[in-house]
Amino acid sequence: MGAKVNSAAAGTANYVDERTSIGGFVKFFARKLFPDHWSFMLGEIALYAFIILLLSGVFLTAFFVPSMTEVHYEGPYETMHGVAMTEAFASTLKTSFEVPGGLLIRQIHHWSALLFVAAIMTHMCRVFFTGAFRKPRELNWLIGFSLMVLALAAGFTGYSLPDDVLSGNGLRIIDGVIKGIPLIGTYISYWLFGGEYPGVDIIPRLFTAHILIVPALILALIGLHLFLVFLHKHTQYPGGGKTHKNVVGLPLFPVYTAKAGGFFFVVFAIVALVASVFTINPVWNYGPYDPSPVSAGTQPDWYILFVDGALRLMPGWLFGLPLEWEILGYTISWNILIPSLIIPGIFFAIIALYPWIEAWATGDKGERHVLDRPRNVPVRTGIGVAMIMFYVLLVIEGSNDIVASLFHLSLNDITIFLQWAIFIIPPLSFWITKRICMGLQRKDRELVLHGHESGTIVRHENGEYIEVHTPLDEQEVWLRVNYPNHKPLEIADEFNDRGVRRKGYKWDRFKQKLSRFYYEERVEPVTWEEYQEALHHHDHGPSAQGEAEAAEAQQADAQLTNEWDKQDKAGAADK
Amino acid sequence: MHALAKKRHHKAAPLLLVVVLLALITAIGAFSATSATATSEASADDIADGERLFAANCASCHGLDAEGQDGVAPSLVGVGAAAVDFQVGTGRMPMQASGPQAPAKPVQFTQEEINQLAGWVASLGAGPAIPTAEQVDPALGDAANGMEVFRTNCAMCHGSIGGGGALTQGKFAPSLLETTPTHLYEAMLTGPQSMPVFNDANVTPEHKRDVIAYIDAQRAGSPGGLSLGAIGPVSEGLWAWLLLLGLIIASTVWVGARSS
Repeated sequence: MGAKVNSAAAGTANYVDERTSIGGFVKFFARKLFPDHWSFMLGEIALYAFIILLLSGVFLTAFFVPSMTEVHYEGPYETMHGVAMTEAFASTLKTSFEVPGGLLIRQIHHWSALLFVAAIMTHMCRVFFTGAFRKPRELNWLIGFSLMVLALAAGFTGYSLPDDVLSGNGLRIIDGVIKGIPLIGTYISYWLFGGEYPGVDIIPRLFTAHILIVPALILALIGLHLFLVFLHKHTQYPGGGKTHKNVVGLPLFPVYTAKAGGFFFVVFAIVALVASVFTINPVWNYGPYDPSPVSAGTQPDWYILFVDGALRLMPGWLFGLPLEWEILGYTISWNILIPSLIIPGIFFAIIALYPWIEAWATGDKGERHVLDRPRNVPVRTGIGVAMIMFYVLLVIEGSNDIVASLFHLSLNDITIFLQWAIFIIPPLSFWITKRICMGLQRKDRELVLHGHESGTIVRHENGEYIEVHTPLDEQEVWLRVNYPNHKPLEIADEFNDRGVRRKGYKWDRFKQKLSRFYYEERVEPVTWEEYQEALHHHDHGPSAQGEAEAAEAQQADAQLTNEWDKQDKAGAADK
Repeated sequence: MHALAKKRHHKAAPLLLVVVLLALITAIGAFSATSATATSEASADDIADGERLFAANCASCHGLDAEGQDGVAPSLVGVGAAAVDFQVGTGRMPMQASGPQAPAKPVQFTQEEINQLAGWVASLGAGPAIPTAEQVDPALGDAANGMEVFRTNCAMCHGSIGGGGALTQGKFAPSLLETTPTHLYEAMLTGPQSMPVFNDANVTPEHKRDVIAYIDAQRAGSPGGLSLGAIGPVSEGLWAWLLLLGLIIASTVWVGARSS
C-alpha cells in the first residue's frame, strides 16, 4: 500500500518536474537554512494576518455594496428600523445580522487588521533593536517600512467603508488635514471627494483602494520582501560559531515547513477565538453617517491614534500668537499642518532613512549578518526607545478622553501634561535607556573577567574569606566579547597641505559629529589580553578545580583564542 | 322638573352650593397635587418627615430653607420632585466630597425616604414631577427613533450607546447602561450637574421614552460578543495588543522553544 502511494506520488512529481523543472527550486527551498528564534516569527504573524485578511475580505466583498445611494433599513436590527442610510451601511448591517457567519467573518477581518499593523510594528522593532537593517538589508528595511505605511492605508480605507458615524468622523478629520495643506489642499479634497465633502463618490473610491490597489501593492511588496530575505539569507543571533559568513540553523523542510504551516493555524485560531468572543467596530451602535453628530469616544483604530493625538496636543495659540496665519488671502493653518503632516512626516522619514543614518555614523561598509544585542549599541537602542515613547505619548493623547474617564483625571490636565511630556520624556527615556545599556555592558565585562558568583565562600588558611567565582563557559564568553566595537570616525583635515579646502569636508564633518554622538561614550568589550590576565589572576585563587578540569578549561581557551582571532580577521577584512 | 324647580328655591340651597364648590375645589387641588407627585403621593405627614430628613442630611449645604449658598450648593426651590428623586435615588446626593462632579454611589435612603424628601422639596415651589411608569416604559418607545434622538442630543457626551465619556476639567458623562428608565427620564428633564436640561419642548415626552427604549435595547449586550466597555476603538486597540498579539507572541515563544 505504502509503496503504491509512494510510487504514485513520485510519478506525479516526475510528471510535473518534466514539464516545469520545478525540482531544482523545491530542492533549493527545502534545503534553505533558517536560524531558530521566536522573535523571527513576528514578521510571520504579519504575513499570516494578511492571509487571514485576504480570505475574510473575499467573503465580505460578496456582500458589501460600495454605494452611497440612500435606502431605508428594513432588516431585523431593532434600533435601525426605517432609518435612512447608504447602501454601504445597510449592506454592512445585512452582512452582520442576516448573512450566516457574516458577523464572525467581519470581526475576524477587523481583528486581524488590528493584528496586522501591530505585528508589523513589533517586527520592525525587532529588526531595529537587533540591527537587522544593516548592510545588505537596507533596501528590505525600506520595503518593510513601505509595507507598514500601506498597512495603515489599508486599515484606514477599510475603517471608512461601512459609512457609519465613527468612520465618517474619521474621514472628516482626514478631509480637514488635507484642506490644511497650503494652496492645493482644497483642490485635493474636492478631487478626492468628487466635490464638497462628503459627496457620493468617496465610498466607491475607497472601496477600489481598499480591495484592489492597496492589497495588490502589499502583496507585491511582501513578495519582494520575502525574496530579499531568501537572497540575503536570514540573520542570526550572536553566539559561538555564528559569523557574518554562515547561517546556523535548520533546513526549511521538514521542520520549518511544519512549524510555519502549523503556526498559521495557531494564529488563525487565536484570531477566530478573539473574534468570536469580543465585539469589534459595532457599526450598529454608531448608526449611519450623518455629518452633524460626533459621539464621545470617537477615535480612529489604534494605528492612526498618533495622528489624532498630535492634533489634540497642538495648541491653537502659542505664547499669545495665533497659529493660523492669513497671507495674501491664503490661510496657513500651522495648528493642523504641524501635528498632522509635518511631525508624522519627520517621524516616518527618520524611520525610513534610519539604516543610512546609522551607516553614516558607523562608517561600516561590511555585510552584517550576525545581529546585535541591543545593549551593545546603546545609542541606537536609546533612539528606538525614545521614538516608541514619542509614539506612545501621542497615542495616549489620542485616547485622552478615555484615559480621563477611566482614571478620573481632568482631560485638560492630561493634555497640558502631555504637551510638556512630549518634549521631555523621549529625550529622558533615550538617556535612561543608554545608561541601562552601558550598565549591562559593564556587567558583561565583569562577568567575562570575573565569572559568575557561585555563592560559595571559602576561608583561606590565613583567615581571609573570598567568594569563588565560576568562570563563564566558551559560549557565554563569546556572546559577551564578540561584537563590533565602533569608534568615532576619523576624518581628513579641512585643508590640504597647499591650504586648499577639500571637497566634501562639511559632509564628513557632519558624519563625524553623528559618529561622536553614537560612539564617543562607550564600554569597550573585553580584549584577549585582559581576558588572559584575568584568567591568570584567577589561577592564584584556591585550587578548587581538579587538574583535569583545569586542563579542559585550558583547551577550551585555546579553541576560543582561535575563534577570537578569526573574528578579528573577519572584522578587519570587512574594513 | 317641577320638583327640581321647587328645590332651587330651597333655603338651604346657597349653603349646599358652597359645600359642593368647596368639595370641587378640594378635589381639583388634590388631583393636581397627586399629578405633581404622581408616584410619591406625598401627604402632609410625608412632607413633614421630608423636611426633617432634609434638615438632618441636606441642610448643611443647601440651607434649612433649601435656598442654597453661593458657591456651595444651589437653591432647590422649584427643582421639583424629579430632581430630588434622581440626585438622591442614584446616590449622587448627599455628596460625599466636593470635587468636579458628584459621582453615583450606593443609595443612602430608602425609596420611601426619598419620596418624603422629594415631597418636601416639591412643596417649596412648582417643578418637574417624578414621571409615571407609563412615561418611562421602554416597551412603549420606538428604539430606532430613540437612536436618532440620542445621537443628535446625547451621544457627544455619553458615547454612541451611552457607555459614557469625558468632559472638561475632570467632569464626565457617566455610563447610562445601568441607569433605571425613571432616572434616565428625570436626568433629561432636570439636567443634573453638567448636563443640559432637555425640557418637553426640546425633546418631547414621547422622544424621551424613545431614548429610554434605545438605551434599553443596549442592555441585552452586543450581538458581536463582549462589548469591551462600548467606548470605541481605543479599547479594541488595547485588547488587540495585549490579548490578541500577546497570545500569539506567547505561542511563538512556545513554537520557537521546541527545537533549540
